[in-house]
Amino acid sequence: MSVVRAEPVPPSPPPRAVTGPVAWARRNLFSSLGNGLTTLAILLLLAWLVPAALRFLVLDAVWTGESGAACRPEIAGRPVGACWAFVAEKIGYLAYGAYPVPERWRANLFFALTALATGWMLWPGAPRRRLGAAYAFLILPLCAYALLSGAPWLGLATVPTGRWGGLLVTVVVSLVGIVASLPLGILLALGRRSELPVLRLLCTGFIEFWRGVPLITVLFMANVMLPLFLPGDLTVDRLVRPLVGIALFASAYMAEVVRGGLQAVPRGQEEAAAALGLTRPQVLATVVLPQALKVVVPGIVNTMIGLFKDTTLVSIVGISDFIRALEAARADPRWSAPSVPVTAYAFAALVYFAACFAMARYAGFIERRLAAGDRR
Amino acid sequence: MRAGRGPARGGDRAGNRGGSWRGLALQALLLAGLAALAYGAWANAADKLARQGIVAGFGFLERAAGFDLSQSLIPYAAATASYGRACLAGLLNTLLVSGLGIVLASAIGFGLGIARFSPNLILRGIARAYVELFRNVPLLLQLLVWYVAVRVALPEPRDPAAWRDAVFLTQRGLFLPRPDFSDWNALVPGAFGLGLLATLGLARASRRRAARTGRGLPLLGPGLALCLGLPALAWIGLALAGRPVPVAVPLRGPFDIEGGLALQPEFTALLAGLSTYTAAFIAEIVRAGIASVPRGQVEAATALGLSRAKALRLVVLPQALRVILPPLTSQYLTLTKNSSLAVLIGYPDLVHVMMGTVLNQTNQAVEAVTITMAVYLAISLATAAAMNRYNARVVAVGRR
Amino acid sequence: MRPDPDAATPAGGARAARGLAAALLAALLLAALLAAAFPATPARAEGLLGEIRARGHLTCGSSPGVAGFGVPDSKGEWRGLDIDFCRALAAAIFDDPGKVRFVPLAAPARFTALQSGEIDVLARNTTWTLARDTSAKLNFPAINFYDGQGFLVRKDRGIAHVEGLDRATICLQQGTTTELNLADWFRTRGLTYKVVAFATAEETGRAYDSGRCDAYSTDKSSLYGERLKMAEPEAHAVLPETISKEPFSPVVRQGDDQWRDIVAWTHYAMLDAEEAGIGQENVEAMRRDALSPDVRRILGLEGKYGEALGLTNDWAYRIIRHVGNYGEAYARNLGDGTPLKIPRGLNALWNKGGLQYGPPIR
Repeated sequence: MSVVRAEPVPPSPPPRAVTGPVAWARRNLFSSLGNGLTTLAILLLLAWLVPAALRFLVLDAVWTGESGAACRPEIAGRPVGACWAFVAEKIGYLAYGAYPVPERWRANLFFALTALATGWMLWPGAPRRRLGAAYAFLILPLCAYALLSGAPWLGLATVPTGRWGGLLVTVVVSLVGIVASLPLGILLALGRRSELPVLRLLCTGFIEFWRGVPLITVLFMANVMLPLFLPGDLTVDRLVRPLVGIALFASAYMAEVVRGGLQAVPRGQEEAAAALGLTRPQVLATVVLPQALKVVVPGIVNTMIGLFKDTTLVSIVGISDFIRALEAARADPRWSAPSVPVTAYAFAALVYFAACFAMARYAGFIERRLAAGDRR
Repeated sequence: MRAGRGPARGGDRAGNRGGSWRGLALQALLLAGLAALAYGAWANAADKLARQGIVAGFGFLERAAGFDLSQSLIPYAAATASYGRACLAGLLNTLLVSGLGIVLASAIGFGLGIARFSPNLILRGIARAYVELFRNVPLLLQLLVWYVAVRVALPEPRDPAAWRDAVFLTQRGLFLPRPDFSDWNALVPGAFGLGLLATLGLARASRRRAARTGRGLPLLGPGLALCLGLPALAWIGLALAGRPVPVAVPLRGPFDIEGGLALQPEFTALLAGLSTYTAAFIAEIVRAGIASVPRGQVEAATALGLSRAKALRLVVLPQALRVILPPLTSQYLTLTKNSSLAVLIGYPDLVHVMMGTVLNQTNQAVEAVTITMAVYLAISLATAAAMNRYNARVVAVGRR
Repeated sequence: MRPDPDAATPAGGARAARGLAAALLAALLLAALLAAAFPATPARAEGLLGEIRARGHLTCGSSPGVAGFGVPDSKGEWRGLDIDFCRALAAAIFDDPGKVRFVPLAAPARFTALQSGEIDVLARNTTWTLARDTSAKLNFPAINFYDGQGFLVRKDRGIAHVEGLDRATICLQQGTTTELNLADWFRTRGLTYKVVAFATAEETGRAYDSGRCDAYSTDKSSLYGERLKMAEPEAHAVLPETISKEPFSPVVRQGDDQWRDIVAWTHYAMLDAEEAGIGQENVEAMRRDALSPDVRRILGLEGKYGEALGLTNDWAYRIIRHVGNYGEAYARNLGDGTPLKIPRGLNALWNKGGLQYGPPIR
């Protein structure tokens, strides 16, 4: 009986390819029966959806035209997709509302100033950030007000807020929301952590109240009740009312974000700073807040995204923001064609998606940078 | 929430003796200032209301409303209903759409969140694209798309899409047969409830047995049999006893499909918009929750021979749930608050009824706004309180 | 990573908190001071007219866009019957129809805007009802348009009368008398209907046009304008019946009789001018050589009627010169020369079969 093998073991078959497109597909798409079926189902869905969307948005779309007639299939004599001609004709209205045409350069300048502030504050390597903050939170609002609303002593004609509209109003509402809510939110967050029970209770109550009610009720309240609470015949501009509501609402959410950052600063930091003989305000301003705010930049940007999307709600209380301008433009009988509503919504979705997606990617980028910093 | 004032406070007091009365005085001044401001606002409002001759108070809730609602869960007739009843009907509509929205959004959101970890690349990609798309477009715009674009694409009421003359789909809604479960017929939903209870009991027993022997009882088959079989039995029993359950089948009327269970387009659009939008956020929460479970857990489960599905269900999700739950609750609250966008598309929810109609018919602006806000605030605070209790329990269990 | 959320505020927090409290306190005090600086009831020695004169312009609540009554044209200029009424008021006070600011108001906001003093007069096709007159402490000085609730339907549905709408779905705007009338009308006749209510006229019209409802119900005068906004105006028709009385009047706050009189007589002056045959074209000639005492009184050549109102004696002359008489305003905004083509009907003068009856100026 021999225990020694005389002939070699037959070679086992080579392992299935682990590289190359077939292997990649097998591993990622067809690793099991269920997976294979899922892949096929999704591919079929995409095969139906993507060409349809492409046809509607690009291939069959109408790019130029004088009126809705160009987008009516029975007149155009072919299947008609998106009516981009409608957007092209109404773009001025969508951007500025009824803002007087000769004064629109002021709105453009405002957009540019806002973009400058945004870039300055958000680009991590930007120089003179403190100056940037002063510019964004103090100079810009004042300049923007004088620019948009008019300053007769500067030779800028007055433009009543009733004529502002479209993207301009959306940007104004978002900007006011952010510029007002960040400082207010920081104050509230500090107040919520305060030693003084009354102050703490007031701040907590304030925050929980605004976080507990829907924004639309806040806007209705600002619209209907704000004038009631003001003394005498003092009235508030119709655009300012929702701005007050949005600023208070956003500050409560901002406060919770900032509170998270304050909690992330180790206790030792404060104690060390106090041991160095810094006064409390100094400790807060130079040690705690800078660290806390740095950590919550992604949270702040996420709140900004929410705020930007929430500005659409002002259209319900009669402010002519981008959505309302779009709906008003759509009501033009000259441009009534079957594909106009879908075109309008597709356009709005693209605009909002581009803005929000960019902000979200930015927040993710900062988050990764912070995480990398932590690992070091 | 309340900041604990344990050891830190003692040290502070010792180092800062002179400051404590100053603190007190400042707080008192703060309160006084606030009170003055509140009094000023109140006095202004009272003065203006008095000049307008509006009688403040909630007495108007008992006056006859006189307007109709397009949807109400409670019996509501314009002739006899009061403003209070209209308010209640609006509240129930809010709760209905929020409740169903929460269920749907959770189902879609969990599915998408889990799909982010699928071995299938294309499924992962689709889940990611869905989240990015729905999260980054305002809900209001999505509602408009559902209500305007999707509804108009449906068939006209004169030419409905029908299935066996029992289910109809038109621009005016989805119409389903509706069984009548009043008096004796309530046995059928009763039987369903019984089946559900029995299934829950079975699940409990199974868990206990699994803890003892490592092997649970079969659940899916018996559960389904109990939940569906019992009502079916009750249905057949009633029919045999000579009192078949009447079913109202939708019929073609002069203008519309009538009768049966009508899901109106306002309701459906709101439900669809709310749940698909919130699902994107829930998916992200679920993804983060699953990602927070250490990899070793999955590897250990695989090493024990659990399938992917079982590892997910028995090992990963229970641990992830602890991370998922707090943000999930706040998403549920957000969905409930977002349902107030109903006012845009004419679904009679609380805000639509109170701030749209009642406020204008009665001129009781302060009261209408107060009631609406108080209701939402109560819902939010109650949920937060329940959540805090639950969290305390979970944390306690986790520490054991 | 995340510290205990219940961590105590660190030692020494009290001082910072006090600083914060002081800041808040300062803000509060400032706000309280501001509140005190503006007394809750400002002295109104001269009444609203004096205030308006001091301010230099009239503030008029207008509709956000009802064709023929108040709507901005392509240049942003407001046009409409109610707009002309406000211009007539401004003309009577300032001799300048341009000294008026329009505040477009949605239905839900209109009364609060008036009550809060944001506007001086609300001219925005608002129905005069007893409840509004009494419980909201408003005054409805003069009916400048007699309207009633009607229905817009698709012609191809073959509906000729309102009774044909039994079991139909009806779109309407919430928070209006339309809502209440409709419920009453169908109930008393034992008919049923389904309702879908929207917050704005814009949304209501769009929902109807897209097929959500079989009929669109609102004031008839608005229906003519709404019809023009439909994708195919020719495919829709206004049913002949009127199911309610909707007398439109400008609205003012109670408690200022002088202002109320001015608003009422501005309308009556436009009616009396039409009845006397004084229009924008011939007003200068009439003023030069009219002999009829009626005309001379209207134009302020005899008597001191304008001063009795707190205005100048040529107040009606100013109105006619700048805005015209009622018939002219009607023709300009609603009549056959406009796309709306609303027949004069109840709004003809009393001696031509209508209800518009101006009390004598004497």
